[in-house]
Formats: sequence, structure tokens, C-alpha cells
Amino acid sequence: MNKLVTWGNELYTGKRSYPFTSKHRLWFAIAGALVILSILVPVVKGGFNLGIDFRGGSEFTVSNVQSTDIKIGENAVTSVASGSEATVTNIAQNTMRVQTERLSDDQTLEIATKLAEGYDVQPKEVTSNFIGPTWGQDVSRQALVGLVAFVVLVGLLMAVYFRTWKMSLAAIVGLFVVIIVTAGIYSLTGFEITPSAIIGFLTILSYSLYDTVVVFDKVRENTKNFTKQTRRSFEQLVNLAVNQTLVRSINTSVVAVLPVAAILFIGSYLLGAGTLKDLSLALFVGIIISALSTLFVQAPLYHWLRRNDDDVVEHTKKFAQD
Amino acid sequence: MSSIRPVKQARKALLWLLIVFIIATGVLVAGATTGKTAWGPKLALDLEGGTEMILAPRVQGNQTINQEQLDQAVSIIRQRVNGNGVTEAEVTTQSGRNVVVSMPGIPDQATRDLIQASAAMEFRPVLVSGSYEATPKDQRTVKADLPNPKDEPKNGSDTSWVTADLYKQFEAYDCKTELAKDSGEEADPKKPMISCDAGTQSKYILGPQEIPGDQISDAYAQMARGTNGSVTGEWVVVIEFNQQGTKTFADTTQRLVALQGAQNQFAIVLDGETISAPTTNAVISDGRPQISGGFTQESSQALAEQLKYGALPISFDIQSERQVSATLGADQLQAGLIAGVIGLVLVFIYSLFQYRALGLVTIASLLVSGVLTYLALVLLGWGMNYRLSLAGVAGLIVAIGLIADSFIVYFERVRDELREGRPLASAVEIGWGRAKRTILASKAVNLLAAVVLYIVAVGNVRGFAFTLGLTAIIDLVVVYGLTHPTLVLLARTRFFADGHRLSGLDPSLLGVEPLYKGAGQIRQFGVNAEANRGKKNAKASGEAAKRMTIAERRRAEALKSSEPGKAQSKAQEENNE
Repeated sequence: MNKLVTWGNELYTGKRSYPFTSKHRLWFAIAGALVILSILVPVVKGGFNLGIDFRGGSEFTVSNVQSTDIKIGENAVTSVASGSEATVTNIAQNTMRVQTERLSDDQTLEIATKLAEGYDVQPKEVTSNFIGPTWGQDVSRQALVGLVAFVVLVGLLMAVYFRTWKMSLAAIVGLFVVIIVTAGIYSLTGFEITPSAIIGFLTILSYSLYDTVVVFDKVRENTKNFTKQTRRSFEQLVNLAVNQTLVRSINTSVVAVLPVAAILFIGSYLLGAGTLKDLSLALFVGIIISALSTLFVQAPLYHWLRRNDDDVVEHTKKFAQD
Repeated sequence: MSSIRPVKQARKALLWLLIVFIIATGVLVAGATTGKTAWGPKLALDLEGGTEMILAPRVQGNQTINQEQLDQAVSIIRQRVNGNGVTEAEVTTQSGRNVVVSMPGIPDQATRDLIQASAAMEFRPVLVSGSYEATPKDQRTVKADLPNPKDEPKNGSDTSWVTADLYKQFEAYDCKTELAKDSGEEADPKKPMISCDAGTQSKYILGPQEIPGDQISDAYAQMARGTNGSVTGEWVVVIEFNQQGTKTFADTTQRLVALQGAQNQFAIVLDGETISAPTTNAVISDGRPQISGGFTQESSQALAEQLKYGALPISFDIQSERQVSATLGADQLQAGLIAGVIGLVLVFIYSLFQYRALGLVTIASLLVSGVLTYLALVLLGWGMNYRLSLAGVAGLIVAIGLIADSFIVYFERVRDELREGRPLASAVEIGWGRAKRTILASKAVNLLAAVVLYIVAVGNVRGFAFTLGLTAIIDLVVVYGLTHPTLVLLARTRFFADGHRLSGLDPSLLGVEPLYKGAGQIRQFGVNAEANRGKKNAKASGEAAKRMTIAERRRAEALKSSEPGKAQSKAQEENNE
């Protein structure tokens, strides 16, 4: 603790300082490159690994199976719908997942029965999930509506709270960096995009802005009467605020990531695929990127947006003369 | 030296939290012991097992569907499912477009068909009317007297439709038992049928379909007008047919108006049940029949709604259907709880590592938040039928981090103030004044996100958004009601105030030189702190001023009268580079 606290003290007094604002060109270049890559990767790879909810189809989960033989599952499907492709995976201990293309309702039920027979389990151990082809579109459209509504509302809220639209703008630009890069990572790694992952993305929005608000609040406080002092330039004040909240940022990210990591671990290890894993994976990636983006994109961007404002220009001139 | 006011406020806040806690617990205990609610929160289907169908209405052509029609569809589906003996089925609409049906267990084929089938509304002529109950066996028509039609029926009202078999079936038909086992079979529009009218407690043999429901273009309730155009005060239902319906209806009424008794009536049938069977008083050639007779405003509007629904026969496509086995549900709940406990423990360990004894305040606050969340979930389940889903559990776990962050923001602010060289009590007051603003602003962002997600959500996003929003509110309650007051009180204990090594607020560790260095020398207050102290904090800093030592106060007065030396600030800047 001593070292971290001492480090925190030095950051607070300004004895130790990391160049978040002064090297903004470097950070923006890195962020820009990541964004472009994140857009290119899906184009090159031909899109995302969309989950069954977006493709439409039937999915079965069989719990407490005696054998994890993939053949049993495949046979159960072909015996009902010959020529239908089945993807059978052993997603967790004693749990099998069978995914098929879109089948009729009756076929879905019949396969569920066959699977129970094949894996020698009670019919009630079989969970089936039938998804129409438009369901995923529905989810994505609503997510998009949510995204737009949230960005507009939160932009207004922040503009009112901070009394400057430039903070809102900086925060929202950073937000898009986070979303795009997270999506890029999803495309690159081939993580499956499911409605749960979409919930995760939407939560990242909230988390990312939450994180930014805390740092910006300190920036606002530090720069409140900046024209009345000449000890530090506007840029230095912004940078000091970021450094002063650095310990908080790290603690927050760790504390936020720990429970998410717990869900991710339990979700993958005990349950295999599913709501918990998809959601926590998106959050896990998103929280880390959000924390970095607040430090390297949002905060320098705010200074960058303000750099040509009259009061800042004048103050910087005066500061340089001193 | 120590002021009483913050302590009083702190005690008051703690007391309030305790009162809220006692009331909530009291309600829960009262509800649970009287069996009105369970001890635990209600579980959604993915944790409890069961079936959930998400249905999207399919409308013909380019018609659109409005909320009213969707609500009508929901109530019809609800009637069908519950009529079929499935208890506890929940039918709700989602985001103004979809209908969600959830029920425990796995529905049989009949229930499934029922849910999907479009409501069939049709107009049929009445042939025979009878009592709601089955005719007692000894009073039934003897074989010789049963109708025995020889000719092919000439039109819909022809009694030759009524065969001996049909009549026997009609007499034995008991509406109460038949409705309860609603088979969902659609009646053949070309054949006669038996239909019950719960409103008038009668049953009918109806002729084949004359007009299908989709030929209704509109229906509404209004006050009837007399011949002189004045309002009579009687409620009537007006149906408007489209062109084809108008023509058929004119022909039908032409025939019916000449007939006597039951045959003068035509039945409006919805899903095999007669919802109204008015008599025909005139030939209606303009396609705008008026149904009158003993309507209240409510009953006329209800009938008009049902007729409108007939005007837009909605059938449903299954968008998504999930059957979750109870085993998987229990597994998922267990996994969620384990993940939650692990997450919580990790956060506990990290807080203790970072904040030492102060970490205990975090732990206590998190535990109280947990208990309050539990109470809220159970009570919401009881009052609003809120059901906790797996996504909701995930929301709760994610919230652990967000709640703990409020404490981090607060503690870091207090540390900042300590670094400025304040004594703990005033550091807590001033740190709180600043942290409060930040916490409120950041929680507002969280809450906004949760509300937006909740409103636009489809599927299980809702459960997630709900718990996320709920915990944001509980977080605020706990920070105001527990964390801050506790810290105020702790700041007055020797352990914390003297900055014990393990308190997490050890000034020497925080790089603070003692303010009073002896021999009349006092370290200067952080210049920054003075310059930034805004109006908002005036009260808090006033409070702090009262608590300064005499030496501090003198120093502060000296500061006011003279600007801090430039040499010194230059020196600090150099450190900065």
C-alpha cells in the first residue's frame, strides 16, 4: 500500500505526472489507428460471428448428460430433419448444446424428445430455444434506438451539469471510440455476438460515461477559476486533474472488473455459453477500454477542443510570459 | 474543538436508514408470514424453468398495429391460455410491438396452437337458441321428435342445417364445461356450429358464416340519436363494414328481418364464442348497423373494441421460444450466486488492501446495499410482480463494482483533503461536499442509461436494466445514509483521527507534513485547495474553519491578508515538470 499511496501523493501534488494532455497527438493517433483497424477487421473478416439469435434457428441445451458423445446429438437431429446441419458442442461439464438451422415448431419439439432419449436424461433436462429470423434484427434495432436515445440524453445531461458542451462532445466521441474498438475486438477474436453481448455493449456505454464524469468533475473543479491564477496553464490543470484521479481510475476499474471477471469465469466454466458469459465478456473488454479511453482520449480531447477558446489562449499567453 | 452539527446530522441519517430498513423488513416479514409473498424474490423463467414465447403480430397487407389492438390481442391470448387450464401464465406486451407469453412447465400442442391462432371473428345467423346449461337428460327431445331435414339448406338461415345429431349435441352441450376445455379448434365457416353466449347466458346453433370479421372496417360506441336527431342517452355500438361486407350484410338482414324468433338474430362470434347476438329490426343497406339494447358506456365500448379487433385479425409469428428446464434454471441461479459471492469477496479483499480499516466501511456499505437490494427485489416481486432473471442477476453483480466505486470516489476525495493538510474531521466534511456532486452526477448517468435501456428493451435486457437502475438508487441511499455518516463518526475516533497506520487515512503515508511544525512554524495550506473552494463548499469549509486549531486559524487569517509568495509557487511548478 505504501508505494501506491506514495505514488498517489506524488500524482496529487504534481510531483509525478503523466503526459495525458501534452502527448495528445500520440494518443489520438493510437486511438484513431485502433478505430480504423476496428472498422477494417470486420470488413476483411466478413463481419461478426453472429449468435443463433441473429441467424434464426433452434438451440437445445441438455443438462446432466451421461455421455458427451457428439454423434448422439447429430443423430437425433438428422433422424427428425434429414439433411439438416447440426452443431453439437460440449459447452460445460455434462452439458451439451445442439444448434440447428431453423426448424418447424414440431420438429423442434421432436428433436428435444430424441435428445432426451439419446443422452439418457429426463425430458425436463432439455432446454430448447427456437428463434425466428427477425428476432435478432428486433434486438439490434432496439439496441440502436437505445444507443441514440441514450447518447442524446446523456449529452444534454452532461452539457447542463458541466455547463460546457465541449465536455459532452469529448465524452461522447470517446464513447464511440470505446464502442467501435470493443466491436473490433469482438470481430477479431470471433467472440459470438448474442443479445446478451448487446446488453453488455449498452452497459459499456453507461460505464464509459460514468468513468468519464468522475474524471471530468475533477477537471471542472481544477479549471474552475483558472484565469485567476498563473501557477499552471489550462493544459497543466487538465493534466493534473487526470493524474489526481488516476488512483481512483485504477481502483474503480479493478473493482468494476473483479465481479465481472467472476461472472466471466463462472459463466464459462460452470455454464458454458449463455447469458452470463456473453454479457460479462463484453463488459470485461469494455470496462478496460473505457478506463483507458477516459485517460487517453476523453481528457486530452477536452483540452484540445478548448485550446482555441479565447480565455484559454489568453491565459496560456499570460502563463508563458510569467 | 469538534463541532456537534455534523455528528448530529450523521446520527440522523443513520437513524433514517434504520427506519427505512425496519419498515421494509417489517413489510416483508408480515407478507411472508401471512403467506402473501415468499421469502425470496420471484424468479423469472430462465432461473425457474418454464416456457417463454415472444410473439410478433402478423398483420395482413400494409396495415399497422397500434397499442390498443395489441392490448386487445393480449387480453384475448390471456383468455385463451387461462381458459385452457394453464395457470400462472403471464401475457404482457413488450416495447409496443411484441407479445410475451411466459408460463411454468412446457405447454402442450393445443396450448401452443391456441396462442398462435389469430382471433377469428365472424357473423353467423342464429338458427336455434337454448339454455346455457345442458338440458337435463329426462327433458331432452325424444328420438322421434328430433329434426330430420331432407332438403339441402337453401341459405344460412335454413333450419335444414340442424340435423338430428347436431340437435342432440346441442341439448347435451353444457357451456360451463365446454368453455373450460376450449379445444381451440376453429369452426368450419361453411358448417353450422354450437356457440355459447356468456353475456346472455344462452347457447345457439348458428348457421354457416355470413361475413368474416375482416370485412369490418371500424366499430365504435356512441350515444344513440332519436328520429329528430336529439341524443336519446342510450349507448349503442356502430359497426362499419367495407364495401363487400356492406353488400353481404344488406342481403343477410333482408333475409333475417322477415324471420321470427331466434332466427331473427345474428351472432357475432369471436373465437367460437358469441359475444353478442342482436335481433334484426331493419334491412341495413348502408353497411352501418347499430347494435342497441341495455348497453352501458363501458359495455358498449368493450364490444366496440372486440369488434375492432375482428377488423384486424392478428395472427402471431413466434419470434423466439425458450423452454428452460428446471435443472438448467437452478444451475444458472446457482452459478449467478456463486459468481456474485466471488465478486463480492474479491472486492472486499481489494478494499481492505487499498483502504485498510476504511475498507471495512466499504464492506459494511456493500453488505447493507445487498440486504436493501434483496428487500427491494422481494417487495417489488410482491407488489409489481417483478421477476428476477439471469440477466438481472448479472446486473446485480456488475452493480457491485459500481456501488463500490462511489466509496472509492469519496475516500479518494477525503485523502486529497488530508494531503492538503486538513485534520480528518474537516477533510471528511469537505471531501464529502465534493464527492457528493461527483457521485450524484455519475449515478445520474447510470440511472439514465438504465431507464433508456428499460424503455426500449426487448427480451431479457429489461431485467438487466432494472437491477442496474435499482442498485444505482440503493447506492445513493447507502452512501448518504450509511457510508458518509459512518465516516463522520469514525473521523472522531482516535484510531482514525490520529491516523493509525491501519486506518487507511494515515497522514504521514499520504505525504502530509504536520501542519504545526513547532516553534510557531506552520506548514502552509495547499494553495490549490483555497483557490478551488467553491460556493458549494462554503458551508462545509465554514464548518471546517470552526474546527481549526488556533494556530491554523491564525495562519488562515494571515493567508487572507497577504497573497502567497510567488517564489514559492514557482518552486512548486518546477516540481511539476
